[in-house]
Amino acid sequence: MRDPLSKVIKGIKPSGIRKFFDIASEMEDVISLGVGEPDFDTPWHIRDEGIYSLERGRTFYTSNTGLIELREEIAAYLKRRIGVEYDAKNEIMVTVGGSEGIDVAMRAMLDPGDEVLIPQPSYVSYEPCCVLAGGKPVIIELKNEDEFRLTAAQVEAAVTEKTKLLILPFPNNPTGAIMERSDLEAVAEVVKKHDLYVLSDEIYSELSYKGDHVSITQIPGMRERTVLINGFSKAYAMTGWRLGYACAPEIILKQMLKIHQFAIMCAPTTSQYAAVEALKNGDKDVAEMREAYDQRRRFLMERFRNMGLKCFEPYGAFYVFPCIKEFGMSSEDFAMRFVEEEHVAVVPGTAFGDCGEGFLRISYAYSIDNLRAAMDRMESFLGKLRNKA
Amino acid sequence: MLREQILRNIEKDARADLHELAVRLGSTDEEVLNELQKMEEEGVICGYHTMIDWEKTELESVTALIEVRATLQRGQGFDRIAERIYNYPEVKSVYLISGGYDLLVTLEGKSIKEVSAFVSDKLSTLDSVLSTATHFILKKYKDHGTIMAKKPKDERQVITP
Repeated sequence: MRDPLSKVIKGIKPSGIRKFFDIASEMEDVISLGVGEPDFDTPWHIRDEGIYSLERGRTFYTSNTGLIELREEIAAYLKRRIGVEYDAKNEIMVTVGGSEGIDVAMRAMLDPGDEVLIPQPSYVSYEPCCVLAGGKPVIIELKNEDEFRLTAAQVEAAVTEKTKLLILPFPNNPTGAIMERSDLEAVAEVVKKHDLYVLSDEIYSELSYKGDHVSITQIPGMRERTVLINGFSKAYAMTGWRLGYACAPEIILKQMLKIHQFAIMCAPTTSQYAAVEALKNGDKDVAEMREAYDQRRRFLMERFRNMGLKCFEPYGAFYVFPCIKEFGMSSEDFAMRFVEEEHVAVVPGTAFGDCGEGFLRISYAYSIDNLRAAMDRMESFLGKLRNKA
Repeated sequence: MLREQILRNIEKDARADLHELAVRLGSTDEEVLNELQKMEEEGVICGYHTMIDWEKTELESVTALIEVRATLQRGQGFDRIAERIYNYPEVKSVYLISGGYDLLVTLEGKSIKEVSAFVSDKLSTLDSVLSTATHFILKKYKDHGTIMAKKPKDERQVITP
């Protein structure tokens, strides 16, 4: 029989977290700090609106771009939160999670051989999506000493004449790093100088603990060369609703919409109605969840300090990214022993790029009680490792 | 802001460790302790209670909500009649209510008989009480913001990117 598969897809590695998933999900008393989604339920008034839309029999397709009511709420939200204006009719489309936006944007913008600058450690889908779109990933290794921020010098050093797109994944999964205005301004200079475009994945924008999140679209001259990705998963604890959105200048969005309309048709209708409610009346919920995450973040940092575990202070998302190089083990070995001996599941930094070696991603989308128990186990584990050395 | 956050935390967990609370709020032990003491003095914090699901114990207990209609007393409003009622230790709370009746009284007793006796002997016989309507609580689903049913296990996937 002929090989049924494409060479491109065979060349893509499966996600690196599968192994831990299999081990951890079989254990009885495992404490997992490995989850990349909120522990909160979607606020009730938002769920209720979804249920109501079902009761009313709103079980039809929406327009390809999404409910106009929702797009208008998204436009109002962006204006209110980052002060950037998007035209609800022509510059916003509702997607199936932020993930779809990432995929569609790259497919709409890349020609074979175009180079895409991908800072790592970062979310697992940029690199494969780039490859599937025919682009060539060029990895920029973010550094612990820069607090895992992207520097203008790093972008400058990676640019070639084939570079077309820069991925900007901040606040960052897995490191929790953020980019402040001055960081973005410096990067924006390089982007403009080389006439690049930016795919800014701001799905964690509401989870920023050092002042309000700054979007690259706020930097003069950047809105017209940026595809902004955001969504409801992290801010409103709506991961399972699969709902995100992409905002871009009409010339780009129009083409993205073609892919979306042929591949997806439209985002789930129930989710869209619920999301309208989220944007209209959800600011208070977001603020409460942000405060809860921030408290857990401070709690973990203090526990790390007391354990003598090195970790830069992250100000975004719900992850901390401690350094375990002192133990002379690979991230994967560390994580494997940690789950086997102490029954705590964390994700090795290498799941998010080779340069994540020597680090762990620890999620704090868990209750304080859960985190406290996990940190007690971690403390005893580190004690064991150090005594042996 | 610190005050509000302290209250929001200890409202849910009065036994929160002082140092841990300070860390979580990005404050210091002294500041948090200070604020707690001030709030106790000011009566913002009026006590620290334990939430008990009496139904899970062997002890017999019933809770009743009693609507009370009362006559206003000159110069005193409802304060005097409220005081007469809240002084009974078996009375858990007394609220002045807008609407069809005046006071809402919650009462805890060992049995329906005991509660009935209280209502007929003590409450109804008060001069300014015009009428009462007693409702027994059959099941508590949520109390003080806490859902009584056991939390379902974390149903998220153990590890996700």
